[in-house]
Amino acid sequence: MIQPHGGSLINKNLPKVEKERILRQIDEFKSIQVNPQTTKVIKNIGFGVFSPLEGFMNENNYRCVLEHMYLENNVAWPFPIVLDISDTKAKSFNVDDRIILTDPTEKPIALMDIEDIYSYDKREFAQKVYGTLDRAHPGVDSVFEMKEKLIGGEIFLINEPKAVFPELDLKPIETRVLFKQKKWDRVVAFQTRNPPHLGHEYVQKAGLTYVDGLFINPVIGKKKVGDFLDEVIIKSYQVLIDEYYPKDRVVLSTFETEMRYAGPKEAIFHAIARKNFGCDHIIIGRDHAGVGDFYGPYDAHKIFDQFPDLGIEPIKFRSFSKCSKCNAVVNDKICPHPPEMHNFFAGTEIRKALQSGMPPDPEVMRPEVAKVILQYENPFVT
Amino acid sequence: MNEEDHKVEYSTVSIPKPLIEKIKVRMKGTGFSSVSSYVTYVLRQVLSSIESEEHSKQAFTKEEEEKVKQRLRDLGYID
Repeated sequence: MIQPHGGSLINKNLPKVEKERILRQIDEFKSIQVNPQTTKVIKNIGFGVFSPLEGFMNENNYRCVLEHMYLENNVAWPFPIVLDISDTKAKSFNVDDRIILTDPTEKPIALMDIEDIYSYDKREFAQKVYGTLDRAHPGVDSVFEMKEKLIGGEIFLINEPKAVFPELDLKPIETRVLFKQKKWDRVVAFQTRNPPHLGHEYVQKAGLTYVDGLFINPVIGKKKVGDFLDEVIIKSYQVLIDEYYPKDRVVLSTFETEMRYAGPKEAIFHAIARKNFGCDHIIIGRDHAGVGDFYGPYDAHKIFDQFPDLGIEPIKFRSFSKCSKCNAVVNDKICPHPPEMHNFFAGTEIRKALQSGMPPDPEVMRPEVAKVILQYENPFVT
Repeated sequence: MNEEDHKVEYSTVSIPKPLIEKIKVRMKGTGFSSVSSYVTYVLRQVLSSIESEEHSKQAFTKEEEEKVKQRLRDLGYID
């Protein structure tokens, strides 16, 4: 099975005895309350999804990653993973302080050893990560909403943040044991933030044809207005897998993280996370992790050329469509027929049908999937 | 600290001239702008494949594996 990124699977989950000791002394620590997105980052660092990261980036790594997309130790990493704090809060901390990170309900979730407290330039961060300063880009907008300073340092989990879908919340050690149990040597990951249509089904099954197993790993977390609700995505996939997939060849599990819509850089980030889950291939489609027209349709394919040492292989799919002449789902490499014979699975058309309370064309979306979505009065993020 | 302090440091490596000429021919049409960037790319590939062979051990112990298997059974992922 593929090795974790950086060579070892990080585990920052403290032993029970240690956790209890810290919790008994909790009032002695200064603390920072983090938002739901950062809570997920802490969990992902803690259980190795973000291996080799062991905490939030110090200034050296922040700069190295921003400039070169590599950590100081020469391991590929596409964008900074940072913890922002206010100037006021920063002044109350010192390097080498040990602090508690609490979730939005003030529950302590991690211990952090402060290695670094530093300034950063939001414009530079936004431009280098997202390639734009346009605040219409949700990732850029998030950067400008960040607080004034960053703190870096190692973290240690003391309370596991509650999973949104506990029955589907597999950590990298768990997926790796599962793939070993199933005798899967080669596993292809499918990253998604949408319910499945037939185009998705086509690329997943095309990928599965050449490997032992398919790992469908929807992103669960903060998304932009108009994206589908997490629950809608999960229930859609459950019914699709039930009805149309060989169950011994598919694992459905969630990846709790926010969507950054960073296009090509996020494709690398998604690949690294799935590598840590034990996948040696990942499907990368058209405009992966994109938003609007901020990225070229195949920028997320090209960026992999810059990372020959990434380890996980991208299976690059160009645009796919239903060709009425071929009477099959095809892609532009294998079908000679003109565009007017194609249904391109346009998200806007699918949404229009669903918003009007109607199932999309069954040649675009399985009726069983449409039925699940239509059970929701509003299946979209508001 | 200023930006200069965070630049990646580089070392100079000597490569025989005939090999440089070979590399320049090989580089044509690849999009690499310099022999240095091409050689860096190739070396990263080579090192990555060597490291993959070296790291052939699993990411978990037998004890961890048994614990996880029970959780996977409880969740219905395995029988």
